[in-house]
Parts: sequence; structure tokens; C-alpha cells
Amino acid sequence: MQETSDIVLEARGICKSFPGVQAVQDVDLVLRRGRLTALLGENGAGKSTLMNIIAGVFPPNAGKILVDGREVRIANPRDAQAHGIAMIFQELNLIPHLTVAENIFLGRETVNDLRLIDYPAMNRNAATLLKQLDLLVPPTAIVANLRVGQQQVVEIAKALAGEARILIMDEPTSALTEHEIESLFRAIHSLKQKGAAIVYITHKLKELSRIGDDVVVMRDGRLIAAAPLKDLGHDEIVRMMVGRDLADLYRKTPGVVGDEVLRVEGLSLKHPTRSDVFVFRGMDARVCRGEVLGIFGLMGAGRTEFLETIFGLHHRNCTGRVYIDGSEVSITSPAKAIALGLALAPEDRKTEGLMLDMSVVENTSLASLGRLLRFGFIRRRMEEKFVDDAIERFHVKTPSPRQLVRYLSGGNQQKVVLAKWLATRPKVVLLDEPTRGIDISAKREIYMLIDELKRGGIAVVMVSSELPEILAISDRIVVMCQGRLTAEFMQEDATEERVMLAALPQASAA
Amino acid sequence: MPTPSLKLNGNPLARFQSLIALGAMVAVMALLSDKFLTADNSRNILRQISVNICLSVGMTLVVLTAGIDLSVGAILALSGAVAAGLLKNGLVLRHFNVLLQFTVFGAILAGILTGLVLGCFNGVTVTRFGLPPFVATLGMFSIARGLTMLWTGGFPITDLGTGFGYIGTGVWLDIPMPVWISGAVVAVFVLVMHRMRFGRYVYAVGGNERAALLSGLQVNRIKLWVYTLAGGLSGVAGLIITARLDSAQPNAGLGYELDSIAAVVIGGTSLSGGRGSVAGTVMGCVIIGVLNNGLFLLNVSPFWQQVVKGFVILIAVAIDRRSAK
Repeated sequence: MQETSDIVLEARGICKSFPGVQAVQDVDLVLRRGRLTALLGENGAGKSTLMNIIAGVFPPNAGKILVDGREVRIANPRDAQAHGIAMIFQELNLIPHLTVAENIFLGRETVNDLRLIDYPAMNRNAATLLKQLDLLVPPTAIVANLRVGQQQVVEIAKALAGEARILIMDEPTSALTEHEIESLFRAIHSLKQKGAAIVYITHKLKELSRIGDDVVVMRDGRLIAAAPLKDLGHDEIVRMMVGRDLADLYRKTPGVVGDEVLRVEGLSLKHPTRSDVFVFRGMDARVCRGEVLGIFGLMGAGRTEFLETIFGLHHRNCTGRVYIDGSEVSITSPAKAIALGLALAPEDRKTEGLMLDMSVVENTSLASLGRLLRFGFIRRRMEEKFVDDAIERFHVKTPSPRQLVRYLSGGNQQKVVLAKWLATRPKVVLLDEPTRGIDISAKREIYMLIDELKRGGIAVVMVSSELPEILAISDRIVVMCQGRLTAEFMQEDATEERVMLAALPQASAA
Repeated sequence: MPTPSLKLNGNPLARFQSLIALGAMVAVMALLSDKFLTADNSRNILRQISVNICLSVGMTLVVLTAGIDLSVGAILALSGAVAAGLLKNGLVLRHFNVLLQFTVFGAILAGILTGLVLGCFNGVTVTRFGLPPFVATLGMFSIARGLTMLWTGGFPITDLGTGFGYIGTGVWLDIPMPVWISGAVVAVFVLVMHRMRFGRYVYAVGGNERAALLSGLQVNRIKLWVYTLAGGLSGVAGLIITARLDSAQPNAGLGYELDSIAAVVIGGTSLSGGRGSVAGTVMGCVIIGVLNNGLFLLNVSPFWQQVVKGFVILIAVAIDRRSAK
């Protein structure tokens, strides 16, 4: 089977660096007809970067790409498309208010003799594609009204309509229910039968036995292994992905749990436009001084919104009670939350956490400027000292405090976010995916920092979708699924299986 | 891990780009006209640009928050007309059968207050009702123009007296009053933007509104202030121009919003917010002023001046885009 003629795409010696990070380093990749290559690795291992290069999103610093044995230049997504390469991103790229058929044939509409769009023909073609992929929606349905999983299949149909032979999927199942995953897998099967080469980025090893043929493991930007799936065992794959045990990365100090600082009772958040839908409902939680509370859940479980609601971002649509130090409070804005001793380091540091065009100094002091004022003027010496201390304490690697945050690496940016928040001297720190997209050494530093906070008597609430991380760091874990609290574990009782089980939507709900 | 190199503003030359451009322009003009590089002419240029400086400083604040203010010229006209009308005719309160007479000082205050109130209205429509700044201030543009016509009846208000005229025509220490006023405005706002919390917050809101909100900044209140201040500065500009002409023209300031946006943009402030400075805007005003003045001295038709100005704007922004990458 594995002859060279099977090779559809080959990448050799791909390198890519961003300011402060070598994201991909000398990686080779071979994709074959009709086979699914699972691309594995931790967050920040360089998987998405590699795929973005192949899909033409950004150019590599070095290396070449061969399609059907010929070297090609892929400078933009259009080039990639011309070579039959299509990527389905984590954030879907559909136009929400157009129909399914319009989206599928966007840019290559079926036209009649008058160069007008031939809707009946286009809808028929779309219906054929959708049927192949086992998606039961009419081609005239508006995309915004479909569920995420269905939209994903529409993306695949779109790629097929563009005659894609190489399909890249970046964690396609992370937001899907069991049922939706099933239909996605069926679609993948029929794609393979038609000879498409598929790259499938995932964290879920269990999925592989169903659909995978080859495995490629990356770590810290390097290729660790490339082999047929049947030659590798589960444990072996995991070891290659992580490289070292999380236990080596992080040794937790046994917590000395103090008094309760934050408690929420029956907190519910209504959907901002559809008042009959709840984003989450009836949440009870508490956290004590010196304790780390981990919140686990799949994407869309309502974790981020839960933190945001506590922080006063959705006060118009929420109901329930919040207590700080035992007395009930009403948090109507982030300003109020900060005054009460809360801090929230948001999930996406670039769009929510930082002003990229401001300096490390300005970002770090932003939430605490009130303490640095004299007669309304910012005391610059004091500010610099204040920030220098923070940079040292958090090991922010920056050539100067005046450096624009834009030019720092992801890990250092995240440290700036944390430094900013801890400078406000909070009692409770809410961390939303604090280690997303940063490299392993920066991760370790953030774990140490969380530990330090804990020892300093601060209560930490951490949302993470990385199960090992949640298990290693939390003293107590609560699990959310589809807007509800489904389980609570003390650390010693929590296992990957039990936590994951509680996080998965039940079959009846799907 | 490689240490990232220090990049404060992309290219270190970028900060001085506009200064270099200005230097080159001055050199060329000085070569072509012996009247250009004289003390008298320099004073002239500074006086000519002082109105635009007042407007553009306010515009800079608005643009830094990623907004735009199309109403500055219209607010200028109304503020000038209100001050002139009150000074000349007083305010008749028919209901109480009273005529309020205004001193020069009172009229000035009323003019500035007019600007502040209309600016504040802009701020309210942008923050409270969530209108895009372009639309909100376009509405205000029409409202203020209409009010100016109603207030003046479509006729200029003239003969305002020497006391008021001093703002526009007076000279102190050899420097015209408009230059003193605009200089004071610049000094105050440079200080506010770089030394005070408010200035920092303006940059933060424009740089990343969501992050600013999450950092506990009262984003709406900051924006409200920004539009209010822009309105107030339009009021100041309105007083200068009215005093200078000794007449409040109902059509004063027509198209000035575009000149001030041009100055802001040439001065390197990003229309998407968060990047730029008052100092850069002053530089933009000076460049436009030197250009107009120089071309005038060279007897270039004013129509060509507009064409040249257009190209300068395009080139300045193109260069800025490049260096921002």
C-alpha cells in the first residue's frame, strides 16, 4: 500500500519562528492518499502553526512543500486551495447569514448563461454533497441557525466543493456532542474512501482507533515521531507528547485551606438575546483562602461565562447570590469586582487581556493606577519601581519594561497579564485557561506561580480544558457540562476518567 | 529562547519620519521663496494653524479611542455664534421679561460651554445608545449646523468689540494670542495624555476596549469625557476664529473636520485607536500649515493646494502603515 505514488503532500524541513518562540523547527511531514494522519501534541507544540503553513496562512522561514512530488509555493490560502489543500479552522469560517449552499459554493457559485447565480442547480449540487456527508439539513438553511457540529460538516462540504484532496482539521470534535461526532466520523470515512488525505489535529486519543491511520507527534516545535497508528501503543504516544511527566513540571505544596472567601449560590445566566435559554444555571461553588478550585468542562459548557458573571460582566442577565468573606455582594461591573478583591485573567490574552501596543509598564500598572497617583498625576518613578518588581517576581523576559507587549512571546504575555492582576492585591484570582498556547517552560512557571499564590493565602479559581493540568493543580475540582454543575471531586478522588465522564453530555441530551 | 529585540515603535526612524518630512518641506520652500523663512511668515503660519490645532487635539483624543468626530467644524460654528450673539445682543428671556447682558468673559464661557454640551451629547449617543461614532457625530454635524442657522438667522454677527477681538487679533510678547491659546491647549493635553491617569486610560480604551473593561476601567465614562473635551476644544476654536474675523459666520468651519482628521492622520495616530499622540498631531497641523502657506507664497492655485494636500495624506498614512508592520 505505502508506495511513493500514494504520497499526496510532502513537507521537508519546515521552520517557523515568531518573536520569542521557535514555533516549528525542522519538521518533515508526509501525507498519503486515503489515509488520515493524526497530528498529536500538547498545546503550543506547534501543530497549528505547521498546518497554517501548509494551508498558506503564513509562510515558513525555511523548508519546502511538495504536492504530487512537485515543489510548490504556497504564499496564501488561495495558493493552497489551488493545490487542493483546505483547512477547517477551530473558529469556523462560514458566513452566518448566508445559506448552506451559498457558503459551500462561496467564490465558485454555479452560474447560468447570463452569469447569474443558478440557485436551483447550486442547491441541487449542495444537496448531493450534504448527502454524501450524511448531513440532514436543507441547502437553503441559514448557517447561523445550524448547530456547531452541523456547521463543521458544512465546512467540510465547502472544502469538497473546492475539490480539496488534502483536508486539514484542527480539533474538529472539541465542541461537538457524541451524536455529532458520529456523523463527522462517517463523513471522514467517506472522504477517505474517495482518496482524500486528511490531517487531523486532536487531543482525544480515544478517537484515533476509530478513524486514524498514521500518527505524527510534535513537541516544543519538533517532530518526535511519525508512524502508522498500529505500531504505537497508547501509553507510548502519551509519553512522546508530554516528554516528561506533569509531576516533574509541578510539585504541589499541600494546601493549608483557610476561611471561605468566595461563594456563589444558584448563579444562573440567561442568554443575552434568547431569554428562554440559559448559558449556565443553578451554579453553586465556593473557594477558600489558599485553595485552588479547578473548573473543568468541554468547550461551550459555560465555564468562561461563569467566571465572567462572577466578575460583573453580565449582571443584567444573571440571577443568584455572590458572597465575599461571608457577606452578600452585588457585583455590577468589573470595576466593582476589582474593588472587592477579585481579579480575572481572561481566556484570550490578546483580545481580552492586553493592550498589545502599550508597553509592559503600562499594561502591568493599568489596573492599579489609582495607587500610583499624586494630585492626579502618575508618579512615574513609583510606577517603574512597581513594574520592575513585578517583572522580577514573575520572571517576565523582556529586553526593557518599555517594550511593547506585542513583541513578547505568548508565555511572557501571559505573565504580564498575571502580573497586572496580582498587582491589584486580590483575594480571589479567576484564571481562564492560564496556560493556553504557551510553551512548556512558561507553563511550568505559571504552575509555580499559582502555587505561590496559594501559599500566600489567595484563593484561585482556574478554568482549564487540559485534564492533566486540572488534576495536578487543583485541590478541588468541579465539572460543568452544558451549563450545569455535574460533579465535584476532591483532588484525591479525581481521575481522568471520572472527570471526563462528568464533562461529557449524556447520550439523552444529544 | 532568543531574546526579542527592543522595538519601541517598530522602526526607530519612524518617530522622526514626520519631522524629517517637515524639515525637507521647509528646506524646499525656503529655497523657492525668500519670503518663506522669515519671522513674520512663521508667526503667520502658527496663527493660521492655531484653529486647526485646537480642533485636532480634541480629534486626536477621539481617534485614540478608535472613534471619529465629524461634528467639530459645526460645533465650532455654533460656539462662535453663541458667544458672538450673547455678547452683542444678550439673552432675552421673554417669559421672565429679562434681558441678560454678557461680558466678554461671560460670552467666552458660554461659547466653550456650548462646545462642551454638544460634545457631551455626542458622547452620550455613542456610549449610552451605542451608535457608531461616525453616525452619532454625523447627526450632530447636522444638528449644530441647523442650530447655528436658527441662532444667526443666516446672517453673520459682526462688530464684537476690541475686548473680544483681542483673543483673535491681540499680540503678547510678539506672539499672536491664537498661538498662545493653542499652545496652552497643546501643553495641557500633552500633560494629560502622558502624565495623568485619564490619558493612560484613553490609550487603553482605544488599544483594547474589552481588556480595558476587564481591567476595571469605566470605558463609557472615559469615552464620554473624550467627546466632551473634543466639543469643548471646538468651542475654543470657534472663539478664536470668531474673534479673529470680528464676525461669527454661520458657515464658519465648513470642512474643518476633514482638515483636523487629516492632521491627526498625518501626525501618525492610528484610526483604529490606541496608537498616536498629541505631539504627532501638532506636527500634522504644522505640515498642513507649511504646505498651504508655502504653496500660497509660490502662487500655486488654491485648487492645486487641495490636490497636494490629498496626496500628502495618502503618502503619510501609507508610510505609517508600512512602519507599523
